[in-house]
Amino acid sequence: MSLVFFGYFAGMIALTSMLVVALRNPVYSALSLLVMFFHVAGLFVILHAEFLAAVQVIVYAGAILVLYLFVVMLLNVKQDDRYHSQWLVAAVVCVPLLIESIVLLSGGAGATDQTSPSFRSGPHDAIAADNTLAIGKTLFSTYLFPFEVASLVLLVAMIGAIVLAKRDFSEGREL
Amino acid sequence: MTEFGLRLAISLTQIAAVMGIVVITVLILTLAERKVLGWMQDRMGPMEVGPYGILQPFADAIKLFFKEDIIPAGANKFLFTMAPILCLIPTFIGFAVIPWGPNWTFEIGGISVKPFIISDINIGILYILAFASLAAYGIILGGWASNSKYSLLGGLRSAAQIISYELNVGLSIVGVLILAGSLSLVKITDAQAGGFWNWFLFALPAPQIFAFVVYVISTVAETNRVPFDLPEAESELVAGFFTEYSGLRFAFFFLAEYANMMLVSCVAAALFLGGWNAPYPGTILGLIGLPSFAWVENTMWFAVKTYSFLFLFFWLRATLPRLRYDQLMRFGWKVMLPIALGNIVVTSIAVFVHQQMK
Repeated sequence: MSLVFFGYFAGMIALTSMLVVALRNPVYSALSLLVMFFHVAGLFVILHAEFLAAVQVIVYAGAILVLYLFVVMLLNVKQDDRYHSQWLVAAVVCVPLLIESIVLLSGGAGATDQTSPSFRSGPHDAIAADNTLAIGKTLFSTYLFPFEVASLVLLVAMIGAIVLAKRDFSEGREL
Repeated sequence: MTEFGLRLAISLTQIAAVMGIVVITVLILTLAERKVLGWMQDRMGPMEVGPYGILQPFADAIKLFFKEDIIPAGANKFLFTMAPILCLIPTFIGFAVIPWGPNWTFEIGGISVKPFIISDINIGILYILAFASLAAYGIILGGWASNSKYSLLGGLRSAAQIISYELNVGLSIVGVLILAGSLSLVKITDAQAGGFWNWFLFALPAPQIFAFVVYVISTVAETNRVPFDLPEAESELVAGFFTEYSGLRFAFFFLAEYANMMLVSCVAAALFLGGWNAPYPGTILGLIGLPSFAWVENTMWFAVKTYSFLFLFFWLRATLPRLRYDQLMRFGWKVMLPIALGNIVVTSIAVFVHQQMK
């Protein structure tokens, strides 16, 4: 049953990701990105990571993609000048990647240990398990340092963006 | 397979019941809003259809059904059709995790059924926030697809507004989540049982009064209601993002707005006002020897809390003028956000100290 769902989600993710770059209308591209985010959230749900699924939708679909749409609509991007015949470069980059992933997957190098607890935990009760608690504990114990560094990097990026955007207004009236 | 069929049938019955309640409430709200506004402004409100105008919602619905459905020339037909549906569906999906009554379970043919909630998932409140954040797409795309300047401006305004105030909604409920220690709306409501002094609005060690104020203001902004109705400001943008919509598609936007109001009211009742818990310990019906009917009292309390919150929306609309756009943004980011963040810090410290003292 879960294999069927995985097939559906994975197939839709692949299809919609291709549509994001293949569609001519940027608004349609953004919409297929939205569909893709939803199916990624679906993948999280079948992995019993409901918290990540919700955060995926809230952050990516709810906030970031809305900003993309905002920009696309404000800039009124022309439909034609998006491609500059980059097929050659894309092929050069993509073919090695494809070969790599085929080699990796066929060799079984990435296969997980089937006896690990996440595979043995039979039927899952979405109500009983509290993976929010688990994520919180892991973030604030094992991965505390990377977590804090990531937040610092984001803060720097935010301040940088504000400084860049504010430069035009530094003289004259306060906004 | 029969078990699966039975489960499906029960779920579909629950969904149908909740949808029925939501649609009926929206019908009542459309009338109630006009009546309440009328009384507040010293007039009668709708009086023509039926006694005291109580059949007005049905007249409106029939009118909207039979209006011509116009798709403007130059509009993007696909997105123009999709936008109202994209607006409506996320709002209705959110009602799946609202607990309407006591957290009971009983058995039907070997399956345990919770009669007052469609699905008690452990991330209930995040689920609602996730789908609420998608309602913005319907508005933005509706504004863009209409191929009209007014609609586009309305859609863009609404995008900026919803993103800004969604953040405040999310942050204002963090205090409640810290107090309850859960994201499930059922557990949050259960934690507030036993009298109004246990409601998270008043509960020690950290009363969430400021968080509640931030939540109320932010939800008014998120549902595009007066005084934050800039996306549809009629004195500036004709009707904002749905200027070009008519007939049933307009009705969908209308339905979505009222259903959204109802959803945020239900969430406010469940998070801050004790949900279905009565403001006194236990229930009166339980005391006089009818504990099996106590759910009537509990669901009625939930309805009272939700409707009081909805009344607040009408009250604000009758009282306040619309904000200017820069005022709206400045208020959201420079006033609401610091209060919400401060509330998280204070609540965390209070809960920590409280746990240490035990």
